[in-house]
Amino acid sequence: MSLDPASLTIASARDGLKAKQFSAAELAEAAIGAMQAARPLNAVLVETPDRARADAKRADQRLAKGEAGALEGIPLAIKDLFCTEGVETTAGSKILKGFKPTYESTVTANLWREGAVMLGKVNMDEFAMGSSNETSAYGNVENPWRRPGDNRPLVPGGSSGGSAAAVSAGFCLGATGTDTGGSIRQPAGFTGIVGLKPTYGRCSRWGIVAFASSLDQAGPMTRSVRDAAIMLGAMAGFDPKDSTSVDLPVPNYEASVGQSVKGLRIGVPKEYRLDGMPAEIETLWQQGIAWLKEAGCEIVDVSLPHTKYALPAYYIVAPAEASSNLARYDGVRFGHRAAGAKGINELYAKTRGEGFGPEVRRRVLIGTYVLSAGYYDAYYIKAQQVRTLILRDFEKVFGEVDALLAPTAPSAAFPIGDKADDPISMYLNDVFTVPVNLAGLPGMSVPAGLSADGLPLGLQLIGKAFDEATLFRVGAAVEKAANFTARPKPWWRA
Amino acid sequence: MSNLIKGETGEWEIVIGMEVHAQVISESKLFSGAATAFGAEPNSQVSLVDAAMPGMLPVINEAAVRQAVKTGLGLQAKINLRSIFDRKNYFYPDLPAGYQISQYQHPIVGTGSLTIELADGSSREIGITRLHLEQDAGKSLHDQSPSSTYIDLNRAGVALMEIVSEPDLRSSEEAGAYLAKMRSILRYLGTCDGNMEEGSMRADVNVSVRKPGGPLGTRCEIKNVNSVRFVKQAIEYEARRQIELIEGGGKVDQETRLFDTGRGVTRSMRSKEEAHDYRYFPDPDLVPLVLAPEFVERLKEELPELPDTKKQRFVRELGLSPYDAEVLVAEKESADFFEAVAKGRDAKTAANWVTGEYFAALNRAGATIAEFPVSAEKLGELIDLVADGTLSNRLAKDVFEGMAETGKSAAEIVAERGLKQVSDTGAIEAAIDKVIAANADKVAEYRAGKDKLYGFFVGQVMKAMGGKANPQALNDLLKRKLSA
Repeated sequence: MSLDPASLTIASARDGLKAKQFSAAELAEAAIGAMQAARPLNAVLVETPDRARADAKRADQRLAKGEAGALEGIPLAIKDLFCTEGVETTAGSKILKGFKPTYESTVTANLWREGAVMLGKVNMDEFAMGSSNETSAYGNVENPWRRPGDNRPLVPGGSSGGSAAAVSAGFCLGATGTDTGGSIRQPAGFTGIVGLKPTYGRCSRWGIVAFASSLDQAGPMTRSVRDAAIMLGAMAGFDPKDSTSVDLPVPNYEASVGQSVKGLRIGVPKEYRLDGMPAEIETLWQQGIAWLKEAGCEIVDVSLPHTKYALPAYYIVAPAEASSNLARYDGVRFGHRAAGAKGINELYAKTRGEGFGPEVRRRVLIGTYVLSAGYYDAYYIKAQQVRTLILRDFEKVFGEVDALLAPTAPSAAFPIGDKADDPISMYLNDVFTVPVNLAGLPGMSVPAGLSADGLPLGLQLIGKAFDEATLFRVGAAVEKAANFTARPKPWWRA
Repeated sequence: MSNLIKGETGEWEIVIGMEVHAQVISESKLFSGAATAFGAEPNSQVSLVDAAMPGMLPVINEAAVRQAVKTGLGLQAKINLRSIFDRKNYFYPDLPAGYQISQYQHPIVGTGSLTIELADGSSREIGITRLHLEQDAGKSLHDQSPSSTYIDLNRAGVALMEIVSEPDLRSSEEAGAYLAKMRSILRYLGTCDGNMEEGSMRADVNVSVRKPGGPLGTRCEIKNVNSVRFVKQAIEYEARRQIELIEGGGKVDQETRLFDTGRGVTRSMRSKEEAHDYRYFPDPDLVPLVLAPEFVERLKEELPELPDTKKQRFVRELGLSPYDAEVLVAEKESADFFEAVAKGRDAKTAANWVTGEYFAALNRAGATIAEFPVSAEKLGELIDLVADGTLSNRLAKDVFEGMAETGKSAAEIVAERGLKQVSDTGAIEAAIDKVIAANADKVAEYRAGKDKLYGFFVGQVMKAMGGKANPQALNDLLKRKLSA
């Protein structure tokens, strides 16, 4: 087969489809084949080849009639946190095994409306709680990247690890992710792709299985900044079914890609320079600064003094909301129900004990604890106050600069199992990403280089609320300067 | 009137606070579009949000907010232009999300007041602490199967107002009056139908006892009492129980109790130690509820006349007695009925008819105003027939009975039964002459000063005329003839 989806981007496929170089059906067929070949990655939980073929057929008809949507005929993978009508949706958890929603999430419905083709539902950390995809009830996802000369499997990052692996391996052109504390940006960084967490409220949360409602936000994971702009344009928009979604027009994001960044002021927050951070992360960061300076940006040293409190505050707020959000998984109405329980309390205990994995149980316990009488003020209220201070830090800085530049994660992808028994070290993966969620701001990871042992590293851009346009502009400049063309070797095809 | 009750060790004062849960009249639920009709097939009015399906989100129903604000205004309460919805977390099978969305620290309505009228004619102002909006839970059905519990989620998510009073009530009578008045106001406002049998209104009653003027005692909360009568009974029982406990050397434990309506006693449901830790926190799926001052102003302008104002108007403008006015305004339907009857007629006469014959007949029939065959228009026509002398009061009462039985108009019954009052002086004179002639001895006695015999002559003449004589004309003629 000559058509290789890994060699395409959303933008180039769009052009190819329009120019009739190939049909949506051919593209779908190629993607299905590549997806099946990539099964060793364990990225896909449910393959939907029939659905993909039907979607592609419709796309070809619309293309022929000149009624193509923004994503007409583009094969996408959907994180299993998005409810998809009639297609099993598990959130990576045993407790939702077999659950087929009767409804479609707003974000995925928007994608289908624009003509996208659904390839399948992709793996993730259970209920999006994890930074390595090791908490999935359906097994690890393996990072398509390996260290040269080293066959040890690496994590793809998390929680959107399946999405990241799918885009990086190249069998789809884009995937949806969700980001509560870095779950789009960190795996994007670990797999050498672009991942954008939009401003809180930009994409509807309706139909996305909730982890931490005040932090969760859906976003695109793609192989280019332009693709992220195209995909976000389709995903975003006001939804009256989500009270926290914001009624602002969706700008033409793609138009920002390629615009000059001359004169833009880029802040470099000194608090993101951590003790013990690998030198290559610092080096990459300096490289990014140099690229943007060269492109005409003004670099400004800024301070976000409350940054060090972000991670502990996040690990109070997110579990608190999760403990309440996950109360509905009780074995009464849907999903797993423990057998042989005597009485309702035993039914709850057994169902939840069997249905939730250890990381989810840990966070439900932490969350329940921090909301309890006597601890609420010391933990939850304090964390909310920290959140306000962090937002204020950003607001102050954004009075002076247009965007911030920082690393995405403090390291490159690590081997599966390395941190699985050390939750604190795992949580530290999110140190550069959680402040953005706490403040509700948009953040984007752009692949910028390789680590000493040959693994991708990302740089993170942080923008003002609802100013994704500037992120696309600056992100495209970084992308151009970095010229990151490395691809993982398709060892899984062997 | 003293509210104190006697115990072994002297007098005790009861201190009562009430939490009234009132179901908001609204087409759809507080956070979903599902319908709210009573008595529908189980689980036929359940949206994805009500069933707490994964990824579902609540959206506030503006109609419910409007109702809460109206109620707050009707209770002369402070409307909070910014309020917050919180999650109250606990596990129960009829609570699908595992939390109830309620308002904890920042309710939509703040302090207000409500005036109660007591049997001795006095009135008292009772403080309202707050009113907040919250979701109702579903219903667990334990009687459908010997081994399983069934869940009906029709009610899950229906909007409730929880209205909390200050601990200002001092007797079961006051508590009963408070609940009745609250119900009346809600019905006037059209914000709750007050239907306690269907569960659209219920009360949690907090009861404690103390020596008069002493510090507050430990309270017990009696949950889900669903009638004015039960509220009174529960308080009577609970106060006695606490007094006996304390006087017996024991102490009251703070706990939640249930009222057993069959046996008339309260029973422990759960102690303070077993109390839930609800882990309240602001619902991150909802933004703070912010009301524009104009929104509140508009609702204020649309507010109907409430029972207290209506009563004052009935007394001041229509000349009714405070008692009649009170009786008439208690139910909006009664007040509306009365006003329809009184329109263009003598208000006092209308009030007498409505509170007298009409209410008595309503009670006997066990009917509501809407169901009863005698409409305000028909009752008015009957009153008109008395006013123009067609019917005597006595005849009118008979005609009313006929109207209540048959639903016919007064004029129809008068025609059918030939009940038209005779005002023709010739006919009355002839009848009087006959009676005088037949009772010469009594006439002599009367003329000799035995005034009491006057009623005898009236009765005889009426009897002779089949009760149809115009009483005024009969009176005038009889007096003239007897004194002649």
